[in-house]
Amino acid sequence: MTPNVTPDLPPPVLKFENVSVSFDGQTALDDVSFEVREGDTRILFGAAGSGKTVLLKAALGLARPDRGHIFVFGRDITLLKESQLSDIRSKVGMLFQESALFDSMTIEENVAYPLFNQKAIHCEAEEGHRKVVDALRFVELENTLAKFPSELSGGMRRRAAIARAVVTAPPLLLYDSPTAGLDPITANNIIALIVKARDASRTTTLMVTHRYQDGNLVAKFRYNLEDGRLEPVAGRDPGFDASTRFMVFKEGRLIFDGPQGELEESSDPYISKFVLKRD
Amino acid sequence: MFEFLKAPILTVQEFFILAGQALRNVVRTPHYTQDIFLQMDIIGVGSLPIVILTGFFSGAVLALQMSRALSEYGQVGRTGQVVAITLVRELGPVLTALMVAGRNSSGIASELGSMKVTEQIDAMRALGTDPIQKLVTPRLIATCAMLPLLTVIADFVGMFGGSVVAAMINIPSKQYWTSVWRALEWSDVVQGLMKPFCFAFAIALVGCYYGLRTSGGTQGVGRATTQAVVVASVLVFILTFFITKIFVSGVVNI
Ligand SMILES: Nc1ncnc2c1ncn2[C@@H]1O[C@H](COP(=O)(O)OP(=O)(O)OP(=O)(O)O)[C@@H](O)[C@H]1O
Ligand SMILES: [Mg+2]
Repeated sequence: MTPNVTPDLPPPVLKFENVSVSFDGQTALDDVSFEVREGDTRILFGAAGSGKTVLLKAALGLARPDRGHIFVFGRDITLLKESQLSDIRSKVGMLFQESALFDSMTIEENVAYPLFNQKAIHCEAEEGHRKVVDALRFVELENTLAKFPSELSGGMRRRAAIARAVVTAPPLLLYDSPTAGLDPITANNIIALIVKARDASRTTTLMVTHRYQDGNLVAKFRYNLEDGRLEPVAGRDPGFDASTRFMVFKEGRLIFDGPQGELEESSDPYISKFVLKRD
Repeated sequence: MFEFLKAPILTVQEFFILAGQALRNVVRTPHYTQDIFLQMDIIGVGSLPIVILTGFFSGAVLALQMSRALSEYGQVGRTGQVVAITLVRELGPVLTALMVAGRNSSGIASELGSMKVTEQIDAMRALGTDPIQKLVTPRLIATCAMLPLLTVIADFVGMFGGSVVAAMINIPSKQYWTSVWRALEWSDVVQGLMKPFCFAFAIALVGCYYGLRTSGGTQGVGRATTQAVVVASVLVFILTFFITKIFVSGVVNI
């Protein structure tokens, strides 16, 4: 079940070691350990309040663990001060659950924000503008540059936030519930974007979701760069299957961590609630 | 035993940590100059109408009340003096600060509070910006710069309001303005400018503090806003008492 660890493997992109996070004495994450290697995809399931958002925030140093260690690109971020985190944060893109676009800025300024504010990223104005337009074209929003977030629909805001997360081409991307509250068509488009962002540059991806279809799409499909659409992998590439794993959280604990087949066969009633049985 | 003191002491401690960080950032890069000017416009120019209105009418009502009281001693001619001293030392700074607290402590708290509950503050940190540098320090600088200016404007408009009343009760305009001018000493002016400068810290930092610690969705934003206005207003009164005390007891001699 665990992949064979050979010594010459690079350090994991993200590693949690017995991490516990609590707020005012209330446990949000309880002794969570896992690791994600370069190019891997993780799908995170769990009921509301099970700690998924807290986990993603902890990976960025936005929530501090009480116990345990978190390694991002091999560095223990629990030992770093807030001011020392900017280097690591510039390599991680995050889509927040509520999009978290800055209300006071236009879509263009929002998407450009990481390019011009991450200390580790140096970007000329002209090149920045080109990257912003590229990122917005990527999410098919290139006509909304001058609009404010409040003028967009929920799905458009989500896409603009994805553009902001991917504009710096970070090697690690975290998506918090990218499809929550969206219609199935928009939701599938967004998942297609996530798969596209992943496969265009083998980005390590963590995705929180409530919909099993999302996980299934991400696990079974890949983006074909030639014809620009998703295609099922279905046995063509055995290594691909192993690179996607599923994690299930319950009340702050990681209760399942394994490949899709194992998830679908689980007899645990909590876990099987997240699995859409297909006959 | 002193368990009940824990929460307020923690609050005060957190407040001073925020104040320290905000002040430290004044001399640190990056400077968000554009945000400073934007806040100056919102806080300074935006508050001008209400400050002018309250200034005018408080000066006017002061002249009305004082001229009546002074007439008992046959000293109606000194109305200008009393109006000027009261305005410059006390009413100008305090009333202006209360107006700005009501307008901007609440505005700051609700703006930062909604940013907090919609994860924009987290996003800001994730995208490499210190929210204190980007949000708190510009608001602090802008308030510290604008509140003394607003107070000066309120003082002058108030004295003008007083002169209108003085004219109505047949005090010659020249006499009114001469007694205003004679009344004011340097220490009054210093006091009248130091107060708004100190109030500015309270107004900006209280707004930012309650905004940044907002939790509990939109309801929490409402709560933070109310708390910010109440605490900032009370602090204005407490501060004015202590600053006046310092000047009256002559700790500061000018
Ligand atoms: N800033 C915070 N302050 C206090 N408690 C928090 C905070 N953030 C999260 N929690 C608590 O931590 C627990 C886990 O929250 P989290 O947001 O991670 O849930 P989630 O799995 O993302 O849920 P959902 O699917 O609804 O987004 C919850 O009980 C929540 O109340
Ligand atoms: Mg969540």
